[in-house]
Amino acid sequence: MLNYYLIIVLAPLAAAIVAGLFGKQIGRAGSHWITILAVGLSCALSMLVLRNMLWGGAPSENISLYTWAVTDGLRMEVGFLVDRLTALMMAVVTFVSFMVHIYTVGYMRDDPGYERFFSFISLFTFSMLMLVMSNNFLQLFFGWEAVGLVSYLLIGFWFKRESAIFANFKAFLVNRVGDFGFILGISGVVMFAGSLDYAEVFASADQIAGQNIELFPGSPWNAMTVVCILLFIGAMGKSAQAPLHVWLPDSMEGPTPISALIHAATMVTAGIFMVARMSPLFELSETALAVVIIIGAITAFFMGLLGIVQNDIKRVVAYSTLSQLGYMTVALGASAYSAAIFHLMTHAFFKALLFLAAGSVIIAMHHEQDIRKMGGLKKYMPITYWTALIGSLALIGFPGSGGFFSKDLLIEAVHESHWEGQGAIYWIAYLSVLLGVFVTALYTFRMFFLVFHGEERMDAETKSHLHETPWVVTVPLILLAIPSAVIGWYAVEAVLFGGYFGDAIEVTQRHDVLGRMAADWHGSKGLVTHAIQTPIFWLAAAGVFTAWLLYLKRPDIPATIQSKVTGLYNLLDRKYYMDDLYIKGFAAWGRSIGNLLWKKGDELIIDGVIVNGTANSIGKLAGVMRQIQTGYLYTYAFAMIIGLTMLLSWLIWFR
Amino acid sequence: MIGLQHYLTLSAMLFVLSIAGIVINRRNLILLLMCIELMLLAVNFNFIAFSRHLGDDTGQVFVFFILTVAAAEAAIGLAILVVLFRNRRSINVQELNTMKG
Amino acid sequence: MDFSHSLLSILIWLPIIGGIGLLAIGDDEDTTSSRSSTMRIVALGMSLLTLVLSIGLYKWFDNDTGAMQFVERFSWIPALDVWYYLGVDGISAPLILLTTFITPLVVIAGWDSIKTRPAQYFAAFLILEGLMIGVFSALDGLLFYVFWEAMLIPMFLIIGVWGGQRRIYATLKFFLYTFLGSVLMLVAFIYLYGQAGSFDLFEFMNVPLSMTAQKLIFIAFLLAFAVKVPMWPVHTWLPDAHVEAPTGGSVILAAIMLKMGGYGFLRLSLPIVPDGSAYFSGLVIALSLIAIVYIGFVALMQKDMKKLIAYSSIAHMGFVTLGFFLMWSIAASSGAGLGMTGGMIQMVSHGLISGAMFLCVGVLYDRMHSRQIADYGGVANTMPKFTAFMVLFSMANAGLPGTSGFVGEFMVIIASFKANFWYAFLAASTLVLGAAYTLWMVKRVLYGEVANNKVAELQDLNQREFIVLGVLAIAVLLLGLWPAPLVDMMNVTIEQLLQQAGHSKL
Repeated sequence: MLNYYLIIVLAPLAAAIVAGLFGKQIGRAGSHWITILAVGLSCALSMLVLRNMLWGGAPSENISLYTWAVTDGLRMEVGFLVDRLTALMMAVVTFVSFMVHIYTVGYMRDDPGYERFFSFISLFTFSMLMLVMSNNFLQLFFGWEAVGLVSYLLIGFWFKRESAIFANFKAFLVNRVGDFGFILGISGVVMFAGSLDYAEVFASADQIAGQNIELFPGSPWNAMTVVCILLFIGAMGKSAQAPLHVWLPDSMEGPTPISALIHAATMVTAGIFMVARMSPLFELSETALAVVIIIGAITAFFMGLLGIVQNDIKRVVAYSTLSQLGYMTVALGASAYSAAIFHLMTHAFFKALLFLAAGSVIIAMHHEQDIRKMGGLKKYMPITYWTALIGSLALIGFPGSGGFFSKDLLIEAVHESHWEGQGAIYWIAYLSVLLGVFVTALYTFRMFFLVFHGEERMDAETKSHLHETPWVVTVPLILLAIPSAVIGWYAVEAVLFGGYFGDAIEVTQRHDVLGRMAADWHGSKGLVTHAIQTPIFWLAAAGVFTAWLLYLKRPDIPATIQSKVTGLYNLLDRKYYMDDLYIKGFAAWGRSIGNLLWKKGDELIIDGVIVNGTANSIGKLAGVMRQIQTGYLYTYAFAMIIGLTMLLSWLIWFR
Repeated sequence: MIGLQHYLTLSAMLFVLSIAGIVINRRNLILLLMCIELMLLAVNFNFIAFSRHLGDDTGQVFVFFILTVAAAEAAIGLAILVVLFRNRRSINVQELNTMKG
Repeated sequence: MDFSHSLLSILIWLPIIGGIGLLAIGDDEDTTSSRSSTMRIVALGMSLLTLVLSIGLYKWFDNDTGAMQFVERFSWIPALDVWYYLGVDGISAPLILLTTFITPLVVIAGWDSIKTRPAQYFAAFLILEGLMIGVFSALDGLLFYVFWEAMLIPMFLIIGVWGGQRRIYATLKFFLYTFLGSVLMLVAFIYLYGQAGSFDLFEFMNVPLSMTAQKLIFIAFLLAFAVKVPMWPVHTWLPDAHVEAPTGGSVILAAIMLKMGGYGFLRLSLPIVPDGSAYFSGLVIALSLIAIVYIGFVALMQKDMKKLIAYSSIAHMGFVTLGFFLMWSIAASSGAGLGMTGGMIQMVSHGLISGAMFLCVGVLYDRMHSRQIADYGGVANTMPKFTAFMVLFSMANAGLPGTSGFVGEFMVIIASFKANFWYAFLAASTLVLGAAYTLWMVKRVLYGEVANNKVAELQDLNQREFIVLGVLAIAVLLLGLWPAPLVDMMNVTIEQLLQQAGHSKL
């Protein structure tokens, strides 16, 4: 199997290098063909790997590829761990990436940086695969940063736009804040487990949990808690959890295909994947899990609220991504790792679909992204309309859709995770995800109605050019709509209750919420038919109804609300003033510290006082000394005589 | 009886006189040269006195050397003085401070 | 042909003879004349020949021994028991290879951008190369000192003759700063000579010393090496020297001369005065952490690209000294070696990356004659190839995994976590700060709309520049993706060094 894995990983890399270095020689068609073929190959083989796992009973494999370095007893290797979790991620990543590659042919048709774009997204596929297939922390960090790099390059793809290069800089920096915690977490793992290899670290998990670290003198912390929280800070950066979420909405400055691929389906879920991968560690620290669930709950609910006031079509979807990532994080915190990964998978499909649909709308609207200037697109773009509807229904969890199974069971799992001594945390998490359902439905259908229904608010010029997008755009939409609609129905039982993940995910008895839920499980059909009895369904329905009421039936109400509660509106519109805090607070603060240290510390004190001060004082001393040199012969003669006398008298009397 | 110490006293007096001449005199460069000669003379006195006292003739040979060197030095000194006078129209010591720091 | 028994002498004297030869050929007013081109070819040929010969150093190097290899030993000044004593081990061999690797690139980079007295310019670099290899291979205290001081002369001339506006100030500052430190080192050597009766470094290592003597010697060494590294607060010569130096000078200064300081700590301080080093290790760690954080903030605000890179060099070199002196703070059985290996790798990697960054600035400076960030903007529009390289090197500078910049930082951060969580915390802040100052510069210089007409008329890299940056890019990536060969080279030596430094001399 090793050869398969190597091809899966290296084919996109090779294609990226060829398209990147020789893009001008092989031309636009050459570039897109080579990358699409490479990723297609990679996708096909990933599917094969997944199939072998599911039906062929293939065991998980842990292969070391080569030794990166060995020093001081620490082996640092590069290798693959392919188990069922990895196989699932590989399939999702390569499939979405493949769709996005095809879609890009249509979306980027007129862009001068066509070859570069293909090179970058292929490189991204490579990096993401390295991340998910890693069998050790070093390679995980490599993939982690490599996807960050490609994300940086792609957000700033249109490097002439001030907003784009601001957004990519911001994205990289905020991610780096997360990585700051992540690398400390990895260092902690090395310190307490003495290894970077997953298998060895997990084997010594108990040993880590048995140790303490004194962060502050006199207050020992459990080593596992510290390590897990540090690792989770990394996940917060990459998976855009509050308060490190600020980069994701801005990242929408990048071209839409990468918003779908990187900032919705794959890269941002790396944090979720990582925590699930580290389940043997996180399970041993309830404090860390509590942090995870709280952060997730805050993100899930409050970021969803922001989606309601956004007017840029991509930003609405971006905030919805934030909120959904929060859902996954909550599931992680509730020890329902499988549920998180399941939601990750369905979300990858329907969110990529929604983004690509949004991209399709943007193409048709000639790169207009403001939903207030759209409306009634249903009749011009039927394929986009129907696929977007499927995506939206999946997002709000319409019974039977992909999102329904994952979200419903996720919420159920949180409901079950009522552990001793964590009452407050439980209620915060549960209420957040529950109310989040209403919010999700509201912003999703607000966008949907404003774009596809209602009066046509675009100008006549745009209107005259409106038509459905070409097949390279719509085919990926359709291909993504199919799994979005049906994947849940078929996969839910295996993934959540069938023990699909095997030993890839570990849950302790006390935290095994999914195990407890399995007792009440009566098949997909049962869940769908019971959906109507759950509050989740009614909350979602209420959300859709509210959206219909506010934005189709009585479009005057939102404006009234906005003028009535300006304070709340401003709070949401300014994104809880988080951006202001970071830009006017931390960034400005950092710059003024830099200036202070430079001007006052370096230039004034060190250079001015100490270095040049020494030089100056020597100069001054010399100025005094030269007064003695009168230039008159008799002074020198006299000095000589005095000296001679002193020498002689010393010789006579003191020797 | 005039003994060694009388000679030494005389030579010390000559020496001090010449020093005083060098330090106190601020007018004439020729006087300076003369004072240096006088200093050398004082040294010569010592040499001879000790030579006589110790019964060693080497000291007297040295005196001849010193006299020769002194003559040569005086000649060079006077030559410099002449050149100096030509350039500056003055041999005033007070004005010769090009070495001032 | 096996010439390994005299390889080090060849590596030292070949470039020096080449440099003297260049001076003999001399300059020609006409830069296209045959004499000029002969001169250039000789310069490049000599540096390439040295590079090729130094491959032997890698090939014949035995990774499994901690003893000195390629040893040459002849009596030099018998009266004082001074020897012409050369040899390399796992910490000096990589640095010699770095030197021979960087010098040809500097020669190519200066190929036609140096207009005044090119022969003397190239000669200075060749002679400098020989002297630097001499420092890395000298095993006799006096020989070491001679090479150490002689090295200053070509650098003094390079900055003073081919430098920018304030070159006199910068070159004097550079010279006096470094000289002050090294004179104290000489004093320490003389004291050690008095105790050991020889200038042999191994005698120095074996001679017993009292605690007071060790402390004083350590301080003398510290001043000499801290200035070279440079460590906070004796770093202020570096930005000035870099800003005023010509591109080649900056490259050599950052890539190799700064490594002398780190090398000195490993070769002299740790083994000769282990107890003194242990006593002052807290101080050195504190200074290193200050360098990382303080200088990171200072670099953020720089308006001059070279100054920014110079400050980032100081911050990166902070990792080197941090890694070297962690061993006394680590209680666990392993980890100290990780810090030291990390520090060594950081030195090699920083040599490549900072060299490449200065070359990138040099490329821009040759075209625009400005180093001010504000004069640029949107360079990516006119120079796409250059942009690709510069982004790559910037990412390496920010310590992205997969590039060499990551390897050393990673190891040092792990080791410092073992020592103390807060050391690691401060050290890891470079992840944010390094990215902030490097990428902010990238944003302002490369991205955006074309800022002015001058930028609009920029020509992309020519073949010569492409080769130089390409070779460096390959080296940076190779070292990042597979550092094992380099690590294996130094493992045994570092283990031995750890034992030596851990063994009290009292």
